[in-house]
Amino acid sequence: MQIQLNGETIELPAGSTVAVLIEKLALAGKRLAVEVNEDIVPRSQHPEFILDDGDRVEVVHAIGGG
Amino acid sequence: MTDSADIQLPEDKPLEIAGRVYQSRLLVGTGKYRDLAETGHAIEASGAEIVTVAVRRTNIGQNPDEPNLLDVVSPDSYTILPNTAGCYTAKDAVRTCKLARELLDGHDLVKLEVLGEHKTLYPNMPETLIAAEELIRDGFKVMVYCSDDPLLAMRLEEMGCVAIMPLGAPIGSGLGIQNRYNMRLIIENAQVPVLVDAGVGTASDATIAMELGCDGVLMNTAIAQARDPIRMANAMRLAIESGRESYLAGRMPKKLYASASSPIDGTFF
Repeated sequence: MQIQLNGETIELPAGSTVAVLIEKLALAGKRLAVEVNEDIVPRSQHPEFILDDGDRVEVVHAIGGG
Repeated sequence: MTDSADIQLPEDKPLEIAGRVYQSRLLVGTGKYRDLAETGHAIEASGAEIVTVAVRRTNIGQNPDEPNLLDVVSPDSYTILPNTAGCYTAKDAVRTCKLARELLDGHDLVKLEVLGEHKTLYPNMPETLIAAEELIRDGFKVMVYCSDDPLLAMRLEEMGCVAIMPLGAPIGSGLGIQNRYNMRLIIENAQVPVLVDAGVGTASDATIAMELGCDGVLMNTAIAQARDPIRMANAMRLAIESGRESYLAGRMPKKLYASASSPIDGTFF
């Protein structure tokens, strides 16, 4: 299946969870936040939240700003 | 000479925002620094306890071991104040705050800023009001970047914003406080802290803000884009303290004509 990750199309095995995606991106354990189709997916739900084909996923973090 | 350590000045009431007390009245941003090391050193020199950050997409595919801002500016040591910089609609600002709350484990203090247009980065007040209402309803504690309109400032306070933060001048302009009279009106009316957010260019601008009676100043570019940011951070710390002391002391009245400091009595010529 395909999802939109931070505006880019990527391939992911069907049934992948948010946790699997984070692992695949080598971002496990990093301080980040995830949104799927403009809804927050709390960290505690990452292992069970299954992504669907066409989902729009945002992975964000804190950077310098004023 | 008197030893200044012997003089006991009455203690100032510290800055309190959303029920939390801060010793420093200087709030700083983390943007526009050369690198993270410089960011960390400048913030340390500033003495700030509240530090703003932005929320952005994680760079996918980049070195995951790259140092993170929150490693340098740890939420254990500082109050992290996520901003909604770059948002031009209430919807984007609310979305950004929700992501920030998730990012910071439920921390709900945010700096709301909804911009109007690219050239001035002036606050879009209609959208700011919509976003503030929604965020407050959702349990956020909103520190709000706003225009220096005394009536809108009152409106934001009535809605439940925990701090009113009018711009002194456009973001990153370094022009200093352009409308001191509006700033004074806003301060006079407010029961919550009023902080100048944006526009400070140099230490004297920060002092002026504090002398007007502001509860604090939030700045970024004035420190980050100084020739020596770490030294400027220290200058700003002193400027804020000086301005506050001066405000508490109460300045002399301004007069058109001179008034001799040395007595006329006892002159022998």
